[in-house]
Amino acid sequence: MATPVLDKVEKDSAASPYITVTMRIRRFNPEVSDASVWEDFQIEIDPKERVLDALHKIKWDVDGTLTFRRSCAHGICGSDAMRINGKNRLACKTLIKDINPEKPITVEAIKGLTVLKDLVVDMEPFFQAYRDVMPFLVTKGNEPTRERLQSAEDRERFDDTTKCILCAACTSSCPVFWNDGQYFGPAAIVNAHRFIFDSRDEAGEQRLEILNDKDGVWRCRTTFNCTDACPRGIEVTKAIQEVKRALITRRF
Amino acid sequence: MKIHKYDTVIVGAGGAGMRAAIESTKRSRTAVLTKLYPTRSHTGAAQGGMAAALANVEEDNWEWHTFDTVKGGDYLVDQDAAEILAKEAIDAVLDLEKMGLPFNRTPNGTIDQRRFGGHSRNHGEAPVRRSCYAADRTGHMILQTLYQNCVKEGVEFFNEFYVLDQLITEIDGVKHSAGVVAYELATGEIHIFQAKAVIYASGGTGKFFKVTSNAHTLTGDGQAACYRRGLPLEDMEFFQFHPTGIWRMGILLTEGARGEGGILRNKDGERFMEKYAPVMKDLASRDVVSRSIYTEIREGRGCGPEGDHVFLDLTHLPPEQLDAKLPDITEFARTYLGIEPYTDPIPIQPTAHYAMGGIPTNVQGEVLSDNTTVVPGLYAAGEVACVSVHGANRLGTNSLLDINVFGKRSGIAAAEYSAKHDYVELPENPESLVVAQIEKLRNSTGNERVADLRRELQETMDANVMVFRTEQTIKTAVEKIAELRERYENVSIQDKGKRFNTDLLEAIELGNLLELAEVMAVSALARKESRGGHYREDYPNRDDVNFMRHTMAYREVGEDGSETVRLDYKPVVQTRYQPMERKY
Repeated sequence: MATPVLDKVEKDSAASPYITVTMRIRRFNPEVSDASVWEDFQIEIDPKERVLDALHKIKWDVDGTLTFRRSCAHGICGSDAMRINGKNRLACKTLIKDINPEKPITVEAIKGLTVLKDLVVDMEPFFQAYRDVMPFLVTKGNEPTRERLQSAEDRERFDDTTKCILCAACTSSCPVFWNDGQYFGPAAIVNAHRFIFDSRDEAGEQRLEILNDKDGVWRCRTTFNCTDACPRGIEVTKAIQEVKRALITRRF
Repeated sequence: MKIHKYDTVIVGAGGAGMRAAIESTKRSRTAVLTKLYPTRSHTGAAQGGMAAALANVEEDNWEWHTFDTVKGGDYLVDQDAAEILAKEAIDAVLDLEKMGLPFNRTPNGTIDQRRFGGHSRNHGEAPVRRSCYAADRTGHMILQTLYQNCVKEGVEFFNEFYVLDQLITEIDGVKHSAGVVAYELATGEIHIFQAKAVIYASGGTGKFFKVTSNAHTLTGDGQAACYRRGLPLEDMEFFQFHPTGIWRMGILLTEGARGEGGILRNKDGERFMEKYAPVMKDLASRDVVSRSIYTEIREGRGCGPEGDHVFLDLTHLPPEQLDAKLPDITEFARTYLGIEPYTDPIPIQPTAHYAMGGIPTNVQGEVLSDNTTVVPGLYAAGEVACVSVHGANRLGTNSLLDINVFGKRSGIAAAEYSAKHDYVELPENPESLVVAQIEKLRNSTGNERVADLRRELQETMDANVMVFRTEQTIKTAVEKIAELRERYENVSIQDKGKRFNTDLLEAIELGNLLELAEVMAVSALARKESRGGHYREDYPNRDDVNFMRHTMAYREVGEDGSETVRLDYKPVVQTRYQPMERKY
C-alpha cells in the first residue's frame, strides 16, 4: 500500500473557517401560543459540522427552549429526522456545507404526524403501524438445537430492509401518508418486507393479507419520496413494489 | 402525580433492558421505562459482533473465551462471572438467531464468525474467529430483534419517561428496593412506580468525556440514582478508550475493521502495532492499542499538521469486502470526513467508549449494598452494572454478549423474585427528592449555564483522566470537578415549561455526570498502579499485591451536608487463572 501522506483531509481541516449561518426554525409551543412561527437564529459554525451541531449551538448558547429529539448523533438511532430545506433528513447526517449555507437553512418538524413542540412530533401512530405488520419472526414446529440454517443468498434477499432505523423520514415524506394517516406508510411496509422475504419466516401470507388492506400497499403511488428520504439508503419504493408483486404472485 | 404498581419495572430499553423484559414479561407484570424510544438506545451503535465460541469456522471453546476475557480484563475480572459469560454465550447467540436476528452466514448456512481484538486460540496462540456478526451493524440488529420480540411478547413500554430516583425502604436495617420515581417528558408529570423488583439497564456514562463514541443521552442516570441513595459504585476508574474513533468526532469505527484486515499506521506509514504487540498486532486488546496510538502521537509520529491522530488503513482490502462486511463505517468516513476508504486511509484517534465499572451485582444481577449484601428486589444488567466480567478492560464483542447473558439472567431472577414477594412499603413522600430537584432548577436565577459547565467537565476529563493519567492530572480533574459541582448549584435554565422540557432534563443529566465524574476521578487517584484501561504514568506497572481488588465507592454526607466519596475495596474472585503478565 502507498504510504499515507498528508492528503486533502488535513488541508481541509487545518483551518477552521467558521461562517455565519441563518437557521430558520419553525417553532411551536402550545404552552405559549397555538400558532407556529418561523424564527431566525444567526450562528457561527464550521460548515463541516452537522445541522444537529447547529441546533445544539442554538439550544445551548442562545435559546434553551428550542426542543428536538436526538441521541447517537451519527445516523444510527433515528431520533432526529426533520424537514431540512424542505427535505426529510437526519440532522446528524446532514452537513451544513451540503445544504447551501449561503441562504437561510429551514428546519421544521416532519410532516403528517402531530407536532407536539418545535421539532418534536407524536411518533405513536408511526410505531402503531409498525406493530400492526407483525414485525417479528414467526416459525412453526420444534426449535432446532443449533441455529436455523440460511444460505448467504437467502440472507442477502432481505438485507436492504434490515437496515431500517425507524426514524420515520420515509413515512413522513409520503404524500399519501400526509393526506391519510390511516395508510401504513413506507416504514411499516419495509419492516414487513424484512420478514416476508426472510427464508426462515412462516407468516408471510398473514403479513401480505394485512398489507392487502385498503390502507395497505396499494395506496402507494410510487413517488419515490421515501427512497429519496431514507438516511440508510434503503430502496424503499422497490421494497414496496416487491411486496405488491408478492401479493399478486403469492411467491416470496 | 400518578402512582403505578407493577411486579417488575425495568429502567432502560437498550439491549439489556429489552432482553430482561422478554423474560420478565413472560413471568410477571412488567413495565419498561425508557428516557428514549426503545430503538433509539445506544446498543444500536455497536458494530462488530458478539463473541461466542460456536466454533462454526474454526476450533474454539468457551474455556479459551473465559481465559481471553480474564486476561483482557487484566485479571480484575471475577472469574466465576467470566465463566458464566463465556459458557452462556453460545445459547445467547442461538437465542437471538431463533428470535430472528439476521446474522451473516458461512457457505454452509451457519452463523459466520470473524476475528476481534484479544480473542485468541488456546490461551493467546493466535487470533480466533469468535465474533458472530451482522455486517458492521450487529448492535443495530440486536436492538431491532429484541424490540421486535418485545412487540411479539406485548411488553409494556413507557417511552420518554426519565427515572430520576431509586426508592429505598429499610426493613430491619436492610435496604430494600421499593420502586422508582420517573418524570414524563411529554407532560412534566411525576410518576411513582411501585414495584416488587426493579432492574436497572440504563447504560453508561460516556458523556462526561468530550471525544466519545457515546450518545448524548449516556449520562449515567441509573448509576447516579443508586449512588445518591447510598449504594456503592464499583471500579468506576476503569473506562475504555476505543482505539478507532473518527478523528475529533469520536464516532466509532469498529474493531471489526481490523478483524477484517485493517491496519493502523503512523505518519511514516509504519504498521506500528507490530512493535507493541508482536503476536496479536492490530488486534491486541483495546487498552493496549489506544496507549500505543498515543505513544506514537506523543513521540512525534502522529499524522496531520498537528500530528494528533493516526490512520486506519483499509485501502488494501477489496472494495467488495468493505461493502459486504463494513458498509456502515465506510459510509461514516464518506459522510463525516468526505474521504473514500477504498483509496484513502481514515484519520482516527482513541475515543471514550465504555464504562467497565458501575452498580455492583452478583451473577444473578442482584445489586449489592456492600461487598456481599444483596439489596432485595434490586437488579442491574449491562453497561450500568459491574458483575464484573470486564475487569479493568473489556474485550470487544463482550458487551453485546454481556447485555444478552446478564439481561436474560436478571430478567428471570427479578420476575421470580416478584412472584415470591410482596410490595415493600413506599417511603414517605416518595416524590420529594425529585420534586425538590426540579423546582430548584426551574426556579433558579443563578448565572451558570448547563452547556458551559458540561463543556468544561468534558474538557477536563479528556485532558486529565483519559488514556494516560498521573497523580497530578487526576488531582487537577478532582479540583475542577469540585469547582464545577459548586457552580452547578447556580445553574439556571431558560425553559420553565412542563411540555417536553429537554432544557430541564439536560440540567439534571449534567448533575448526574458531575457526580459520577467525581467518583471516577477519586477512584482513579487512589489506584496507584496501572491495570487495563487505567494507566498511571507515575505507577506504570500492575501491582497485584496492593491493588488486585475492586474499588467500591460510597457517597458520604457529612453533618454539615458536605459530600465526599469514601472508598472501600472488594476482593477479586479467582478460580482457574493465576495472574500473569499480559502480552499480546
